[in-house]
Amino acid sequence: MSILDIIMNILAIGVPFSVALLLAALGEMFNQRAGVFNLGCEGIMSMGAFLAFLPPFFLKTGALAPWANLLGFAGAAAAGAVLGLLFALVTVSFRAPQGIAGIGLQMLGWGAAGTLFRHYVGGVTGIGGVPPLPIPFLSQIPFFGPVLFNHNIVAYLAFLAVPASWYVLFKTPWGLKVRAAGTHPRAADTMGIKVTRVRYQALALGGAMAGLAGAYLSLCQAKMFADDIVAGRGSIAVALVYFGRWHPAWILSGALLFSLAQALQLSIQVLGIKFPYEFAVMLPYALVIAVLAFSRRSRLRGPAELGKPYDRETRI
Amino acid sequence: MPSTKRIESLRLEGITKRFPGVLACDDISLEVGAGEVLALVGENGAGKTTLMNILMGLYQPDYGRIVINGEEARFRGPSDAFAAGIGMVHQHFMLVPNMTVTENVALGLKELHHPFHLDLASARRRIAEVSERHQLAVNPEAYVWQLSVGEQQRVELVKTLCFGARFLILDEPTSALTPQETDELIERLKRMTAELSVIFISHKLGEVKALCDRVTILRQGRVAFNGRTQDHTSGDLAALMTGHEVNLPRNACVEACGEQRLKVSALMVRGDRGNLALNGLDLELRSGEILGIAGVSGNGQRELADALAGLRKVESGSIGLCGEEIANRRPRAIIDAGMGYIPEDRHTEGIVPSFSIKENLVLKDFASQRFSTASFLRLERIDENAEELRERFDIRASSTATSAGSLSGGNIQKVILARELARGPKVLVAVYPTRGLDMGAEEFIHAQLLERRAEGVAILLISEELEELMNLSDRIAVIYKGRISKVLEAPEATRRRLGMLMAGLADE
Amino acid sequence: MNKGFNALYGTIVIAASALAAIAMAAVILIAVGADALGTFRVILTDPLKDTFGLTEILVRAVPLILIALGIAVAFRSGILNIGAEGQMQAGIIAATAAALYLPGLPKAVLLPLVLAAGALGGGIWAWIAGALKARLGVNEILSTVMLNYIAAQFYTFFLRGPMIDPNELQTGSGTPQSPRLPKEAWLDRLIPGTRLHTGLIIAIVLAVLVFLFLWRTTSGFRMRAAGAEEKAARYAGIDVEKYIIAAMVVSGAFAGLAGAVELTGVHRRAIEGITSGYGFSGIVVALFGGLHPAGIVPAAVFFGLLILGADMTQRSMGVPANMVLVLQGAVILAIVSAQMFLGNPYARDRLARRLRLPRRPGPKTLEDAAAEGGLKQ
Repeated sequence: MSILDIIMNILAIGVPFSVALLLAALGEMFNQRAGVFNLGCEGIMSMGAFLAFLPPFFLKTGALAPWANLLGFAGAAAAGAVLGLLFALVTVSFRAPQGIAGIGLQMLGWGAAGTLFRHYVGGVTGIGGVPPLPIPFLSQIPFFGPVLFNHNIVAYLAFLAVPASWYVLFKTPWGLKVRAAGTHPRAADTMGIKVTRVRYQALALGGAMAGLAGAYLSLCQAKMFADDIVAGRGSIAVALVYFGRWHPAWILSGALLFSLAQALQLSIQVLGIKFPYEFAVMLPYALVIAVLAFSRRSRLRGPAELGKPYDRETRI
Repeated sequence: MPSTKRIESLRLEGITKRFPGVLACDDISLEVGAGEVLALVGENGAGKTTLMNILMGLYQPDYGRIVINGEEARFRGPSDAFAAGIGMVHQHFMLVPNMTVTENVALGLKELHHPFHLDLASARRRIAEVSERHQLAVNPEAYVWQLSVGEQQRVELVKTLCFGARFLILDEPTSALTPQETDELIERLKRMTAELSVIFISHKLGEVKALCDRVTILRQGRVAFNGRTQDHTSGDLAALMTGHEVNLPRNACVEACGEQRLKVSALMVRGDRGNLALNGLDLELRSGEILGIAGVSGNGQRELADALAGLRKVESGSIGLCGEEIANRRPRAIIDAGMGYIPEDRHTEGIVPSFSIKENLVLKDFASQRFSTASFLRLERIDENAEELRERFDIRASSTATSAGSLSGGNIQKVILARELARGPKVLVAVYPTRGLDMGAEEFIHAQLLERRAEGVAILLISEELEELMNLSDRIAVIYKGRISKVLEAPEATRRRLGMLMAGLADE
Repeated sequence: MNKGFNALYGTIVIAASALAAIAMAAVILIAVGADALGTFRVILTDPLKDTFGLTEILVRAVPLILIALGIAVAFRSGILNIGAEGQMQAGIIAATAAALYLPGLPKAVLLPLVLAAGALGGGIWAWIAGALKARLGVNEILSTVMLNYIAAQFYTFFLRGPMIDPNELQTGSGTPQSPRLPKEAWLDRLIPGTRLHTGLIIAIVLAVLVFLFLWRTTSGFRMRAAGAEEKAARYAGIDVEKYIIAAMVVSGAFAGLAGAVELTGVHRRAIEGITSGYGFSGIVVALFGGLHPAGIVPAAVFFGLLILGADMTQRSMGVPANMVLVLQGAVILAIVSAQMFLGNPYARDRLARRLRLPRRPGPKTLEDAAAEGGLKQ
């Protein structure tokens, strides 16, 4: 294998790996832009991954079988939105501290997915999953074809979500409200913006996207479900939002960085380089810490009121 | 588009609003007619801002109603108030710092909110119209965080007028302005009364008399007085405002100055945005002297105070405390060298709110030999100390075990003052020590500062209230763009002269 | 507002949040087709039926107490230590190493050394997150979560590699576990025939010491001040960074010690899954115990009961034991919500007004007010 092949291989594995991170991090970006830090992302992804796995697991044949994957994604998104709203109830309406509440949601999501999985499925079972959809002609281009144009439909859509998120955040009235709610909620309130409603909406959207990210893991990436399928990707997604300074383009680059680290890690094992595999598995997590340590955060452009509940009647 | 009907009359009837432990508004009624400017006057905590937030629909009153042009109006939120033609410029500007001026205006203009498109072009057009008509120049593409305080206030006015306000509420609009900017604002408002009615909230009676026809005075949530401004002197109004004659103590200005205590030279310090907020600042403070620092906020006051307390890195220059160099020393070392400090934000910098009063009273000394042995706290001594200071500084609390955060602003400031003064500092830095306090507490704090001065403490007083500076200081230094532009002896420091210097104009 | 109302308000909030937590768990139970009420009954009562159950509750309470004490120290100092799971594993590695590689020492020397090694391992692991937060402003929640994943890999690396039991290699079964520790490194059993060990006494003594440390010493004062209002602490001359690191190290040391106690008291060799989620349950216990040692000890016993009960339902009711995670997550959400209601005078006031104040009849007009002398014209 030539060096170029190895690089192409790493990229071709790494690019689809970034999809789940990307979807979850874009969702988390909306949460944080609206002022809410949702560490429950990990738990929501677990639930999403499990629920999405159910339709293709049960509907192997029958009239609905062709729609099973789509049903899975829809169910994961809906459940994610519901869990996002639960988190909104706790942190926005009840004004609970967001860090600990996020841990609570994380445990709830893990536990629920694990319990339901044991009961309905029992053990590790594979599913067909979403097939790749090579784009005609483009996928034939040497090097770029396998890297960029030989993935499943969800991956393409996820990459389109980057400019779409940018447009929503910076060019639509709702994005304007979200940014105002996270930076200066009191100002937004005096201008007639319903801060609570905006935060609920952002958390529902963020939750739905985390649900989809989980669904991607079970339907497109692993093509199965396991308790630890998410393996910290939810928390990494949260870290990516800091790293990406709450901007979709930077978040995309962060997601690619991590998934390439993961692909590299896999290649190291596949190539049989003598290296304890535990250290390879650590790599992405250690990278998160390094990136958090060396990325300078500018609150000037980010959501200044991140993590602080808003109460109109509490006087300043 | 909101209706453009003129507001002929606006009445508040029997407005009552209760917060936990406080009756913020108790049966308040008032009325404003077309083209009228009503002054709403009262001490901090008298209920002015709460009342106006009710008028804007931000708070719901427990009882009472709002009547516009003879019809009852129900405001469930600010949008309803905008629709009725009411707009408010809040004391703390309600602008989102990381958005542009145009985006800030567009945020409140619901008719520009199309599902997938934000009509910024129309917002820009609206801003241009308004700023031309009222001669309020603003740069629509600037980010709010880039603007000065004066510019932000203009943006607030433009924003409010863009929302179609024909009835303007201004909450303490002059608190951050120089005397000249204040005069300008008052002239501008006078011109605007051709089209608008105004409620002008202030506790500066000079401004009230210059601008307003009528005045309503609130005291402890109730209407204490309602009448024409020209029939009463400022002194009368002040007495009505506080409920009693207030004689704020003044510095008698006998030369009492002793040896040099604090010497700052060529100090360079960076602000939060990385700019040089202090750019070669020099000052000198002697024992038994109060040196006032006057200036528009944002000219380096915060950075100066932080650098003196060791909380901000000094890039270059020196700070001498009784001859000892303290620049870039740790806060602990500076405290031990004899620096007392009354910080700007008393709730988060001055006290630990969830700690009890007695714990807060030893916040700097709990590890001293007096309050601990072999790293174990001596609780009985901490209790004794608290009782003693509570008595001496008249801290009103049911017990010294209650959490300090539950106290009123004035009592919190007394806790801080007690802690700092009981330590016997050589130099005391007081940053906006009376901001937001009622006159009684202000009187107490002023008296304490003057007493310490007489005992020989060197006091650096940073304030935005010219009155306070002129009453208390032996000398007043004007800070402008990170330097002391001029130091005036108290007798030669007039409002006009200070105002010119604060605005960066040459001294005549 | 009177005391009676405040008490009533507190009771309502606590009851409502308890019901909410139970309801969240019941949704999952119903989803797996279980008899929700019966399951709760089994969880809460089955473990109490015999000595085995009672001692096993306490066996689970020991690591929970230790971990929760450490987490309380961190939380009180303003840092959310989510990394107890990883710190515990780091402690187990260090303690195992000490026990295996310091042979021939008498028990009075070796056992304390092993426990100290555990505390040291956990402390060092936590120091990473503390230093990153204090020096570089890295969010400690995220860094500790990542350190958990890294620690888990280190742990398996040591059990599969350097520390694997030579017997496993000989027989070729390759189960990742360490050799059995020498007897000199064992904590004694309190009641013969059960697994209850002297770690319980260590845990209770440490609970008292943590109380004294936080509320009676100058270092405790500094940590609490730094946690309650960082800015004020800074202005008062407290080196906040130093105490963030110190609190994190103490917190990690407790988790590491919990690992060492679990190792030397229960399993007596390092095995996979030894931490069994105690690091996360410890967070719940710390919160449930009000971040105070006097609350943490009973809270740990209660969660020991829940964890054991959930294991038992798996056998008797067929409800997966993961159920206890659902319950713990729901409890966290309920506690943090309830705390905000209890601590927020505005919420209490709103309810008071809704319940008690009658509406005053029609508003007064300006004229009425003037006639009453409310306005001086």
